[in-house]
Amino acid sequence: MDYISNLFVNLGNSWTALLSSFLPLWAVTLVNFLVVAVILVMMPVVATLTLTVMERKVIARIQNRIGPNRVGPWGIFQAIPDAVKLLTKEDIVPANADKPVFNIAPLLIFAGAALLWAVIPFGRGMIGQDLNVGVLYLVAVGSISTIAVIMAGWSSNNKFALIGAFRIVAQLLSYEIPMVLAIAAVVLLVGTMKMSQIVELQTVPFILVLPAAFIAYILAAAAETGRAPFDLLEADSEIVAGYFIEYSGLKFGWFYIAEYGNLLAVSAIATTLFLGGWRGPFAGQIPALGPFYFIAKTVLIVFLLMWIRGTWPRFRIDQMLALAWKVLVPLGLFILLWVAVIIKLPVPTLLQWVLGLGGNLVAIFVTLTIMGRSAKRYAAQHKLAGA
Amino acid sequence: MQIVFFALLTVITLGAALMVVTSRNLLHSALWLIVSFFGIAGVFILLQAEFLAVVQVLIYIGAIAMLIIFAIMLTRRIMDPQQPRFNSQWGLVGGFAALLFVGLAAVVTRVAWPVAAGEVPADAIAQLGVDFVGVYAVPFEVASVLLVVAMIGAIIIARERE
Repeated sequence: MDYISNLFVNLGNSWTALLSSFLPLWAVTLVNFLVVAVILVMMPVVATLTLTVMERKVIARIQNRIGPNRVGPWGIFQAIPDAVKLLTKEDIVPANADKPVFNIAPLLIFAGAALLWAVIPFGRGMIGQDLNVGVLYLVAVGSISTIAVIMAGWSSNNKFALIGAFRIVAQLLSYEIPMVLAIAAVVLLVGTMKMSQIVELQTVPFILVLPAAFIAYILAAAAETGRAPFDLLEADSEIVAGYFIEYSGLKFGWFYIAEYGNLLAVSAIATTLFLGGWRGPFAGQIPALGPFYFIAKTVLIVFLLMWIRGTWPRFRIDQMLALAWKVLVPLGLFILLWVAVIIKLPVPTLLQWVLGLGGNLVAIFVTLTIMGRSAKRYAAQHKLAGA
Repeated sequence: MQIVFFALLTVITLGAALMVVTSRNLLHSALWLIVSFFGIAGVFILLQAEFLAVVQVLIYIGAIAMLIIFAIMLTRRIMDPQQPRFNSQWGLVGGFAALLFVGLAAVVTRVAWPVAAGEVPADAIAQLGVDFVGVYAVPFEVASVLLVVAMIGAIIIARERE
């Protein structure tokens, strides 16, 4: 029973014991690192195979359609023929493309998506590498994909690809700031950057303490993953397909995998930072339940992002930048200051958190009021309806 | 084991740095610079300075390399491989570069680098944060003011005249 209750960690320990019976210590470490690396690298692929089907189903339901329904029951195996189709496509490289850069870009963007998983805690003791600087690592790895995008856009020797790359870089750099501010609020509240510690100390999910930071993070995450309503980078009607327009076959597949890997990763990070990670009923006594709670919460966030995608129209580029710089950055700065104030107050932690919630609700209210007023003013100036 | 990784990282860093200055294509130079930065981040990890390694990736690759690439892309004709690589000032610049190298080498070999005894403390990052607002508050603030001045200057230059 004890073995079952902490199944995953015990399985890992048994595996290590089995290896050490016939391998020297350094070889055991090496093999274990390789196994963990393979599992983590597979995460974006798993994300693609499952989330594409989920996304098509969810969006279809939002649009009052049925969605994929031919392959397997309810079309759940649709991703497999899609993958086979991608694999059998011809690999085309444009004549004047910068070949080395053109070929490295898809690998780099996939590396960025896979590396994120190294510090995500799936459960107590179930983490690739519990870095001291875990949260900062996530932000740093995120900046690798920006480089990959600009490499892809530039090396394709295509105007649409370059415009798409410029657009997404402006977007990624702008939304990195509110994202980091939201994450910094959580880090300040718990006083550690270790991902495992952030979950351990989160006795109340931080969405109830810092709801404004959660909203800022989710909006920034939608922008960072380039999903609607922030999908200006692949706005079909304007720039065909954005920075990966010239890619075909499996090279295009890498971008596709990275996109869904990032979607699952930002949802997992949101779960860890704001929804209490693997915490849940009885997860303390039976650690093996942790990963299931973690996955359930992550899929909930993924669903939220798909919901946003299915219901909001695309932003114009000036609106997209204005939302980042005029709304989310001031909001993030205010939350950060407010958290800095409340953690220094000489009152019990719970009262500090209640004060945090109050400050966040006031911040959301003020932000929405100001946005509503400016929208009314804009409408009045331009003689639009709703003034 | 450590020496092997150090040798590997040195080869990556210096090899990439060599490619930066010899590459015909300016954008390739910028990309090689990123590889070189990654090598330095690896050296930091080898020294158990995780924070510096992550910051290296975040600031140098995520921000500075990005800025360089943008500057290259927005500058006309600079990426043309037909452009001559050297102009009449190469001798002067080479002389100054050699002088800088000699100066740096003299400093590096003469200074006795202090090495703290024992293990790296587990809460090194917390200590770093405390020191930034305590012992080293003045240099930290001076650096911040410098960055703000640079930012304001850039905005004033870029702003349209009314």
